[in-house]
Amino acid sequence: MSKVKGSQAIINCLQEEGVDLIFGYPGGAVIELYDDLCKSDIRHVLVRHEQGAVHAADGYARSSGKVGVALLTSGPGATNGVTAIATAYCDSIPLVVLTGQVPRALIGNDAFQEVDIVGITRPCTKHNYLVNDPEDLVPVLREAFYLAASGRPGPVLIDLPKDIIASMVSFPPRKPVKMKTYQPNTVPHPNQVEKACLACLRAKRPVLYVGGGVILSNSNEELSHLARRLRIPVTMTLMGLGGFPGTDPLSLGMLGMHGSYAANMAVAKSDLLIAVGSRFDDRVTGRLDAFAPLAKIIHIDIDPTSISKNVEVDIPIVADCKLALQAMNSWLDKSPEFNPEKTAEHHRPWIEQVKEWDAKHPLAYMDAGEIIKPQYVIEKLHEFTGGDAIISTEVGQNQMWAAQFYKFNYPRRLLTSGGLGTMGYGLPAAIGAQMAFPEATVIDVAGDGSIQMNIQELATARECGAPVKIAILNNNYLGMVRQWQELFYNRHYASTTMEVTPDFVTLAQAYGAVGLRAKTKGEVEPVIREALATKNVVVMDFSIHREEGVFPMVPAGKATTEMLLV
Amino acid sequence: MKHTLSVLLRNRPGALSRVTGLFSGRCFNIESLCVAETFDPQISCLTVVTEGEAAIIEQITKQLHKLIDVVKVTDVSDGEFVEREMALIRVKAEAATRAEVLRIIDIFRGKVVDVSPNSYALEITGSESKIKAVIDILRPLGIREIVRTGKIAMIRAPKK
Repeated sequence: MSKVKGSQAIINCLQEEGVDLIFGYPGGAVIELYDDLCKSDIRHVLVRHEQGAVHAADGYARSSGKVGVALLTSGPGATNGVTAIATAYCDSIPLVVLTGQVPRALIGNDAFQEVDIVGITRPCTKHNYLVNDPEDLVPVLREAFYLAASGRPGPVLIDLPKDIIASMVSFPPRKPVKMKTYQPNTVPHPNQVEKACLACLRAKRPVLYVGGGVILSNSNEELSHLARRLRIPVTMTLMGLGGFPGTDPLSLGMLGMHGSYAANMAVAKSDLLIAVGSRFDDRVTGRLDAFAPLAKIIHIDIDPTSISKNVEVDIPIVADCKLALQAMNSWLDKSPEFNPEKTAEHHRPWIEQVKEWDAKHPLAYMDAGEIIKPQYVIEKLHEFTGGDAIISTEVGQNQMWAAQFYKFNYPRRLLTSGGLGTMGYGLPAAIGAQMAFPEATVIDVAGDGSIQMNIQELATARECGAPVKIAILNNNYLGMVRQWQELFYNRHYASTTMEVTPDFVTLAQAYGAVGLRAKTKGEVEPVIREALATKNVVVMDFSIHREEGVFPMVPAGKATTEMLLV
Repeated sequence: MKHTLSVLLRNRPGALSRVTGLFSGRCFNIESLCVAETFDPQISCLTVVTEGEAAIIEQITKQLHKLIDVVKVTDVSDGEFVEREMALIRVKAEAATRAEVLRIIDIFRGKVVDVSPNSYALEITGSESKIKAVIDILRPLGIREIVRTGKIAMIRAPKK
């Protein structure tokens, strides 16, 4: 078999997988790979910090559905990527992260820029590899892409010793990857499907509780079809937003800690909860024993460990969400038990009840004259983008307001760190999404605290021509923690006031971007209009009501019906 | 309740640390752990004794299955099984007690594997309760050192 250089084999493998864009940062251990990579057709986006590279690959993956790829050097390059790898892991995002490593002869010798990154990332990757034999290089790369994208997706890391990259390796023809020890079950069991369908038809107060699995498996259409024909209200987790149209009359919006009143009440009173690609996270359930106490539970998930982990499930379906929802729809197509009019009539009183809750306490905020309310900014962003922008968020109040008030009608439009809650995610993720969709409007909804965690990526955005828009909801506070301190710590704002915040407008200009500021409500519209019409990177600094809170709110450890309302 | 899990995993660097990392990261308890190659040199067998309610054991089993290097997980304590542990015990053996030590180890079908002027090293195999019984009975004679393997286990074959 003919041999090729390790670096060329890596490039060939990336091209086999259809990778035409990667995000990275060079260094000594990967200099050889960069030498060949930058002669190939694969585009490389140079970031300003390795965390940004992995977040950008993550934003690229979430928005496009493809596997994102990042390339980092050894030692600090690799460790800088860890937070972003963990971010992707918690949200099941398919990534392949390539890290350089010192030459094999030096591994274990505390060499310069040596770190055991395989050991460090073991608990925050789906799987990881140290390539120790040149002949393993190509099979490992192929396996990594297969693992990242199949089953419950996730990040896979490959540690590449410098001498392996430079050695000659075999390049066998590509065959479908088969792994004896990894065979995720994707096809639902027909008996379980039938049980689930019958339960849906019999239930009087059913609720669909939809998570990120619906987005990851591209099953939003199957889900919408099921919900509409059975007339079942739908609530979504943060990760599930866009899985069902937010403006549909059957949508209850988000549930959980900052969920809508209607969503949390509906779950609490439901007699059947149909969980689809969601995992009963503590931010969703609140106090576990008070979560859906009257409901029988159906749980569709591809990961068996998610089933009956926090809440005992009555009808588990281990399968790909898309295949399971398709199976439910085709069961209904054929079943004499299903009569659309009868079902609609059967569920009508429940829908009316849910609408009553929604009318009683809709998502709302108090207007404050010329003081800018953050929710108003999000509503205006929705209005001016027709609800069709890709929105990334940082973490905290900005994230929750974006989730509540930008009614996501389409999947893969919300990029947010839901599981890990990583501040500094939004800007690099927005760059990744913009690189996947150069024509799309991509907006990072940020806070004045979190934007500073990866602000250096403004240079990346400028350099790679990603005209992302950044909307800073600036309250001069670390707002979410401040809100907790206001409610639960006697307004003792310990370390949540930022005494020094940069002037974001001049900061944007320093990076060659455009900076705009709105200090009054009347200035919000013109600023957004101008930002959206600008082809460059734009930073919008909105001075918002300083002590505005996110409501409803379920205090930690309380039942989800114990909401603090506006 | 105690459970003995038998885990077949790929015999490659790092595979064991994925298993132990899973237990420590999720606060699952490891009471004993024993690992060695099987007759297929590419596969290792790991026997782990753990404790927890049914739901915890179910979660441990599923999480182990999820590891890419894990081939198979069996809760051997679900049915009839044989379990064995080996202990090496160094016990004081001076003129007055040498005969007594030999008598005891004979009763438990153990062996003397090392002899010094004032001690014996004993090898003893059996169930956890047998090992405990030997230790209890030898203790008054003066135990210097104990090394135990941890448990290994095998499901009993069907009798028909």
